[in-house]
Amino acid sequence: MAKFIKFTIDGEECMAQEGKYVVDAARENGIYIPTLCNVQGIKPKGACRICSVKINGRLMTACTTPVTDGMIIENDHADIQELRKSIIELLFVEGNHLCPSCEKSGSCELQALAYRFEMMVPRFPYFFPLREIDASHPKIIKDHNRCILCKRCIRVIKDKDGKNIFAFRDRGHHTGIYIDPELADNLTDELADKAADICPVGAILKRESGFKTPIGNRKYDQEPIGADVEKINPSNGRKKS
Amino acid sequence: MNKPIVATTSLAGCFGCHMSLLDIDERILHLIDLVDFNKSPINDIKKFTKTCDIGLIEGGCCLDENVHVLQDFRKNCKILISVGECAIMGGLPAMRNGLSVKECLDEAYLNGPTVKNHNQGKVMPNDEELPVLLNKVYPCHEVVKIDYYLPGCPPRADLIWEALVALIHGNEMDLPYEVIKFD
Amino acid sequence: MKSAIHKITKTYHNDKTRLMDMLIEVQSEFGYIPNEAIDEIAVATKISRADVEQTRSFYHFFSTQYTGKFAIYLNTSVSSFMRGRNDVARTLEKEVGCHFNSVSKDGLIGLFDTSCIGMSDQEPAAIINGKIFPNLTPFRAKELVRDIRAGKTLEELVVEGYGDGQNSSEEIKAVVNNNIRKIGPVLDMNYKPGHAIKEKLKQYTPDQIIAEVKASNIRGRGGAGFPTGMKWELCRKAEGKQKYIFCNADEGEPGTFKDRVILTQRPKLLLEGMVIAAYAVGATEGILYIRHEYKYLKNYLENLIQGAHERNLLGKNIAGIKGFNFDIRIQYGAGAYVCGEESALIESAEGKRGEPRDRPPFPVEKGYLDQPTIVNNVETFCAVVKILLNGGEWYKSFGTDDSTGTKVLSISGDCKFPGVYEVEWGFSVNDICEMVGADDVQAVQVGGPSGSLVDPGDFDRILSYGDLSTGGSLMIFNAGRDILEEVVLNFTDFFIEESCGSCSTCRVMPVLLRNKLKKILDARGIKQDLKDMEEWGKVLKASRCGLGQTAANPILTSLKNFRYLYHKKIQMGTDFDTGFDLKAAVIDASEAVGRMPEA
Repeated sequence: MAKFIKFTIDGEECMAQEGKYVVDAARENGIYIPTLCNVQGIKPKGACRICSVKINGRLMTACTTPVTDGMIIENDHADIQELRKSIIELLFVEGNHLCPSCEKSGSCELQALAYRFEMMVPRFPYFFPLREIDASHPKIIKDHNRCILCKRCIRVIKDKDGKNIFAFRDRGHHTGIYIDPELADNLTDELADKAADICPVGAILKRESGFKTPIGNRKYDQEPIGADVEKINPSNGRKKS
Repeated sequence: MNKPIVATTSLAGCFGCHMSLLDIDERILHLIDLVDFNKSPINDIKKFTKTCDIGLIEGGCCLDENVHVLQDFRKNCKILISVGECAIMGGLPAMRNGLSVKECLDEAYLNGPTVKNHNQGKVMPNDEELPVLLNKVYPCHEVVKIDYYLPGCPPRADLIWEALVALIHGNEMDLPYEVIKFD
Repeated sequence: MKSAIHKITKTYHNDKTRLMDMLIEVQSEFGYIPNEAIDEIAVATKISRADVEQTRSFYHFFSTQYTGKFAIYLNTSVSSFMRGRNDVARTLEKEVGCHFNSVSKDGLIGLFDTSCIGMSDQEPAAIINGKIFPNLTPFRAKELVRDIRAGKTLEELVVEGYGDGQNSSEEIKAVVNNNIRKIGPVLDMNYKPGHAIKEKLKQYTPDQIIAEVKASNIRGRGGAGFPTGMKWELCRKAEGKQKYIFCNADEGEPGTFKDRVILTQRPKLLLEGMVIAAYAVGATEGILYIRHEYKYLKNYLENLIQGAHERNLLGKNIAGIKGFNFDIRIQYGAGAYVCGEESALIESAEGKRGEPRDRPPFPVEKGYLDQPTIVNNVETFCAVVKILLNGGEWYKSFGTDDSTGTKVLSISGDCKFPGVYEVEWGFSVNDICEMVGADDVQAVQVGGPSGSLVDPGDFDRILSYGDLSTGGSLMIFNAGRDILEEVVLNFTDFFIEESCGSCSTCRVMPVLLRNKLKKILDARGIKQDLKDMEEWGKVLKASRCGLGQTAANPILTSLKNFRYLYHKKIQMGTDFDTGFDLKAAVIDASEAVGRMPEA
């Protein structure tokens, strides 16, 4: 039998199976810890750092840290929320995020987090980098302008032999996504859909399938990201947006 | 405050934000009661005739002229508000920002499919009356101090209205989630 | 080409975890890594092209473009600039006829920038086809280019004679100097190499060794300062099919070079320490991970490992202890500072990008190939041998209460005697300045760019884990230096260059901070910029590894300790300036249409 353990988030007593990642354990307790690079069920890679929480006083990522008995987690604190907001703003200035012209607008997790954190304008100057739109593949279009380097596509999308189709290329602020040309040529429709789906922003698009859901009816148009998690325990009095 | 005075302009924008301002339906009648307009395309007043309380800026700066207008607004308005994505982050005009100005001009006047065989003299428009392109499109707050931001493309009419009313009455804005959007 | 690449992949048994070695060999054989090689390696190792490319593109010394018959990598560290790097670089560009980061038209010479190469006491220094050329001057640069053009071989380019100690040995033949200026109990040669393995190990159980190491209170000498005994104990207790001992010889912190000197002058001590660690934790394989810049030591070190085998100090039933089998292989890096972080180092040794791992799990539980692994610094292993020979209590008699023993320092910059010093913990910055002959000191950088910039008011502070912690890099700047322009900007650029790019924070924030600093240096700064830098810098604390977490330190510690320097540069009397410059912004368009910009 799986062992259940107790821990606290912002002083609130929580319970979860031992070994669950903090972000999942929090979700089960109706507490939303914002994430961006994380995909439930896939090995985490604390890349975006948005889920940073203080665990026993130390800043750590909730998506990569397993919960242990007696853990004291600080989540909804002014300095942590400010840190998260800064990171969202960093991602906005790093790439070219032109929401009005983006197919993912309204379903984009980066944008949704900006809404949740009430970002009106990033505090940092824009980089306006020169980035490519790679339309050379038969099934997908990769718009590097919108890529936030979360590694979701790298971690999730593999070919039938388990080989990586997407990979990081270069390093530091030159880092980008490299697409294996041969494997991308042989991408199945199913995998192409999955790739577009898994991308939190509009950086991977499935060809010939844009704007199926009209703007206004999209996932985060009416309700903030994380609202579904917080509804599990509506009595917790947490601010919803 | 006395009846506040509002000025508006569209820099490198599409006038969509102005349209959205007019899209406040019958509230436009209240607006007339609430504020006076000075320099603005809405009333076609071309020059500031007095100091204004609020300046609404649509569009970013893609030309030297935009910068002059924006600086003029900063000088003549107590509060400046960036209205819409273009003012806030350059918007669609800023899609050229990764490219050099020369590449853009060459494409527009020399090499683009619609001009390629029609501009035999390889002429670039270069009249002194014409404003000069900037090396990139600048968000307004990277040129002058901006006090508030109203995102959206365009910002929802409700957002513009509520923000103006809140500002004039000195209240906090309390807007529903779906009103503040970037698209 | 195909067959050459096949030969290389076969040498490493088509094993994808040896990708680094394959790429290093391809690069050195062809002067670049052709696309065809990437394809061939992908097929041979049964991974995708994307996987080869992600490793290839991560490391500074792997190139997709031909780097020239002679590839000159000139150091960009602060100590290099302080000793005239600009003049050397300009001379090289002029003589070679191409700019940096490109190759001459005839393909003969390539010029490249490179981060600190571990020669801070003999700068400016360059690496040419793996060989080090220190103490360059414009004259020497001219001479080198002339000799290359005249068809001389790499060996023949050496005109200054070889360096001190083993540097002159047949196996190394390097123009490098050790500059050992102070020997302490660890570097002391008055011991019998191999004695600890042959005589001492038998008298101890592994647990007793760990107890002795714990008794000494030694902490990791790479900079982070984790208690060594505890690390070994955790690894000993961890479950795994096999355990590994890693020696971290990837010293990349600008200003540090002491591990290079130990590798040159005390390599047996180091190898012996690794064997002791293997015995203590029950490991069977050791990997000595060395930075690419020290490739000139390869044959020398391989021969030593071979020699240790012959004397049964490595291999099977070491020193007659039944069942104690341990072997060491060398793994070279390919130019990435972040690989000095222990989990990034492990990733790199597995043939991947040097991206630090998320912890937990820690390497002692899941390290190399997911097996329990300890990673220790070169100096730590050396110290352990002496601890075993003389006892933990003896070791504890050196240093301070919280920082026992000694520290080997790499000291460079404005001083009469740059070089390597082994001192007891507890030395003050003042003591150090006096020891190395430094006058008129404006600032001392303790612990390299990731450490702190200390001002004279704090020179009574001492080196210790509780006060000024350091992996050994100390750089001294005299009153004539422009600290912000020469030091802080250089360090910040270093962090930008060396970020792995995995965390959003470290990938983006240092660039924003650098731009702010540039704005201040360009006389466009305002008071708010200083506050911004302090606030923004905090974001980096959320980064995964030490590199990211400390990437703002040059700016933050100089803001704290040298604020007056910033105040001198910022504008008074204005509280808004974004740095926007209309005149500059219209130049491009005016030129494109042939129009004079308005005055």
